[in-house]
Amino acid sequence: MAIISRGFAGRRSGAEAKLPPGQYLTTDFPVLSAGPTPHVDLDRWEFTIDDGRNILKRWDWKAFRELPTENVVVDLHCVTRWSKLGTSWEGVSLDVLLANVRTDLPYAMFRSHGDYMTNLPLKDVTNNQAWIAFKYDGGDLAPEHGGPARLLVPHLYLWKSAKWVRGLRLMSEDRPGFWESLGYHIYGDPWQEQRYSEE
Amino acid sequence: MAGTAVLGRVTWRTAKIVGLRDETATARTLTLSVDDWPGHVAGQHVDVRLTASDGYSAVRSYSIASAPSSDGRIELTVERLSNGEVSPYLTQQVIVGDQLEVRGPIGRWFVWDPEQAGPVQLVAGGSGIVPLMAMIRWRAAANSTAPFRLLYSVRQPSTVFYHDELRALSSQGNSVDDTYVYTRVTPKDWPRPPGRIDAELISRATWPADLRPSVYVCGPTSLVEHTTELLIATGQDRQKIRTERFGATGERR
Repeated sequence: MAIISRGFAGRRSGAEAKLPPGQYLTTDFPVLSAGPTPHVDLDRWEFTIDDGRNILKRWDWKAFRELPTENVVVDLHCVTRWSKLGTSWEGVSLDVLLANVRTDLPYAMFRSHGDYMTNLPLKDVTNNQAWIAFKYDGGDLAPEHGGPARLLVPHLYLWKSAKWVRGLRLMSEDRPGFWESLGYHIYGDPWQEQRYSEE
Repeated sequence: MAGTAVLGRVTWRTAKIVGLRDETATARTLTLSVDDWPGHVAGQHVDVRLTASDGYSAVRSYSIASAPSSDGRIELTVERLSNGEVSPYLTQQVIVGDQLEVRGPIGRWFVWDPEQAGPVQLVAGGSGIVPLMAMIRWRAAANSTAPFRLLYSVRQPSTVFYHDELRALSSQGNSVDDTYVYTRVTPKDWPRPPGRIDAELISRATWPADLRPSVYVCGPTSLVEHTTELLIATGQDRQKIRTERFGATGERR
């Protein structure tokens, strides 16, 4: 039974009903990153898929931008408790990027410029659930929000949507990424409120 | 060390307010006595849960301002946001003896502990001073000799947190070297006109890059982006820069 906070009324709005537990609604777009924002030159940009031994796929910016894209409108849920609804993105579906990759490896570690990494089951980034996004709200994705391109996996907490993404490595077993090694949940489902690991 | 307690740090714990202290016209420090507090390291935060009588609850994260100690007490400094749901309650309504719930400590990235002997550069914007103050206090409590510099940007003199304590800590031997930046209004006869942190100030008031300091920057997104760019331009290793940002609505502190 929770302790009642004397005299606390709180604010309730209809929109809260659509939010995962413990989240509140925001209309701006807060920035949370562990370090300085990298500025990634498009001439040096690439996205690779490897299995730990071989690079299976590689795109430079030009080849990447020739892939078919999708426009998606999704809700974002940050572990720091803000949620932002109905955000518009353009990106390349991971289904396109993984289309000709034959693998039995069930997990992926996404890696970023600036050495960030985050782990995801492959089944969570396929079947129309994840994109490498390069436009937000009709404009180029700003560096502080992960531009030139970031992973977008909106059904999990936003730290899984790695900014400045540069590739993924397929793995046989799940391993923790950056925040997952620092006390955050290995999977991160906002509807189950999987914020922190139990250690 | 955080996270090794038997109960686990994700357990909600009852906390009683045992002290209240105004820092500025809009910020207040709450001293909490927490049941079975597992201990923390400087730079970590907690989740605070408030529950209304009908069961509705709201949770926000606040940085811990106090140094680690074994007395089961922590201090949080909360800045009141005019449109906030939780911060007006914590800064205006609570009285000593009230109870709320906390869980944590949380975060093992933006942290410093006295085993790190190397130079430390702290940069704070506004209420971003809070987790950095925990580091400054721990340094003093542990008699650490790690060389500390603080660059602290505020709107005006009246918005400085921990003013007297920082002055005392910076005037002792083995002190923290602090520099203030005023963005809107300066003290009388202040040599530098109001303005944000610039390259001149970075070169004058922060550790040179060749000392390879550990750098902690905490404040509003614009300050963090701007300052980290300037630091990197002077040759600071981006791998040694750790940041914590809060946006306009981010009730982090």
